[in-house]
Amino acid sequence: MMDKPTWNSTLKAFLYLLPALLILIVFNIYPIIKSFLMSFYTEYDFYNDIVYKYGLSNFSDILNDPNFIKAVINTTVFVIGVVPISIITSLAIAVMLNSKVKGLSFFRTIYFLPFVTSVVAVAIVWSWIFHSDYGLLNYFLGWFGIDPIQWLTDPTYSMPALIILSVWKGLGFNIIIFLAGLQNINRQYYLAAQVDGASAWHRFLSVTLPLLSPTMFFISIISIINAFKVFDEIFALFNGTAGPANSTLTVVYYVYQKFYEEWEFGLASAAAFVLFIIVFLFTLIQLSLGKKFVHYQ
Amino acid sequence: MVRSALSRTTVYILLSLGAVLMLLPFVWMISTSLKAPNEVMAMPPVWVPTEWKFENFTEAMKVAPFDRYFINSVIVTLVSTIGELLTTILAAYAFSRLNFYGRDIVFAILLGTMMVPSEVLLIPNFVTLSNLGWVDTYSALIVPWTASVFAIFLLRQYFLGIPKELSFAAKVDGCSEFKFLWYVMAPLAKPALITVALLKVINSWNAFLWPIIVTNSQELRTLPVGLSAFTTEAGIKYELLMAASSMVIFPMLILFFIMQKYIVAGVARTGLKG
Repeated sequence: MMDKPTWNSTLKAFLYLLPALLILIVFNIYPIIKSFLMSFYTEYDFYNDIVYKYGLSNFSDILNDPNFIKAVINTTVFVIGVVPISIITSLAIAVMLNSKVKGLSFFRTIYFLPFVTSVVAVAIVWSWIFHSDYGLLNYFLGWFGIDPIQWLTDPTYSMPALIILSVWKGLGFNIIIFLAGLQNINRQYYLAAQVDGASAWHRFLSVTLPLLSPTMFFISIISIINAFKVFDEIFALFNGTAGPANSTLTVVYYVYQKFYEEWEFGLASAAAFVLFIIVFLFTLIQLSLGKKFVHYQ
Repeated sequence: MVRSALSRTTVYILLSLGAVLMLLPFVWMISTSLKAPNEVMAMPPVWVPTEWKFENFTEAMKVAPFDRYFINSVIVTLVSTIGELLTTILAAYAFSRLNFYGRDIVFAILLGTMMVPSEVLLIPNFVTLSNLGWVDTYSALIVPWTASVFAIFLLRQYFLGIPKELSFAAKVDGCSEFKFLWYVMAPLAKPALITVALLKVINSWNAFLWPIIVTNSQELRTLPVGLSAFTTEAGIKYELLMAASSMVIFPMLILFFIMQKYIVAGVARTGLKG
């Protein structure tokens, strides 16, 4: 069946591809190009789809907008807060789960639960837990003599609250993927290391970590990219705002504000384009670093 | 031996502690959803309600039409999942079993689009939908999500692993190619199809940013959108809020408990290509 391509086979193949391509071209490929173009629209009539003027002013406008700068800084803080905590915790749990514990599937199920649940719903549950007077978290902190914290109304604590929710939500996904990676490591490497008298910690550092590097690499990319796109959590946790005093305004939230609240399509597109560039650069950095440090078995 | 037994115990304690932290929000949600208003704000917290107030659920449904939201979510999730499965099976077949001009280029372009965050597509897609007159319709909620590059990629890999000899045998028996795809290939790829479908159902059920942007009317709200609006509608009645959150979360929890094996395997498989 894998004969040489002919015009006939090409026609047939495109008939098979037609439904998928139609949707993907209209809602995936065209908007990528359009979004790039729209970021240069400076005068634009959205209702009649007429562009009066092109220019770079959208980009200079958002770069001079203190809110956009704040959004970029907040997003960076969020990424730096969530990704390392999430990766270290999930790796530790995955390693423990992989040490022939009883009830592996029981624990795995529990850790994975948040992954299948609606971000909006769990964020509302967490906003109840973060409640300053009657919230569970402040109640537990009270056991250690810590005074009630205004998690959702004090700009200092809104970002930590968002980070706690996001780590909790994303842990299960990382654990599953780390477990799959750990189970792929050949047992013989451990036996060899054991024969050589390597301690458990030593085995972890010189066998597990290097052999797990492809998985680590994949999880880092996915986590960083996903963290850059955070939105639902913020919207639901802070009741349709970007947190007290814009303290959890992120790039996607900024895009949403410009687009949906202010109808500034050009500015919103420019901000979305900056998000794309950031995500793209991180992917490139990761790819080039990955080539150097990742050991494939 | 003593030392390893000790570390065993530590592992179990740490894992259990973590499990408690993971479960606590769900337990607290269910507990609060069944409480009388005076127990909700009690300090120290009441874990088991003295009287189980199942009325909170009907009360929440009186404030907002959660039955309507539920039906909307079911319609949107079902139709977009079925749509995605159909387009995916057809496209994956072409990419794995047919040789044609431009195959590698088209495939590469599609894979390339996976690098673009979907948030970037939001604005042009909204403009397209309003030109089509689709804003605030089911079509807007469903049609853009009936094809996925990730799903095509996953199924193509699976199809590549099915022996080619099967299709020769089918040809000899006079089975048309199209029939062969539906009656032989698709059933053989059931594990991959179930994975694709489940991940889709979860994403579709929980989607928020897209539905909130393309719908305005209350009749078209999906559960997450309705729940988000409910936070202002219900005021500060946490027992109602938690009852409403449970209604959004439970269907996916039940699905997860039934289909756990496929969901976990599917997620693990997405990681292995790393």
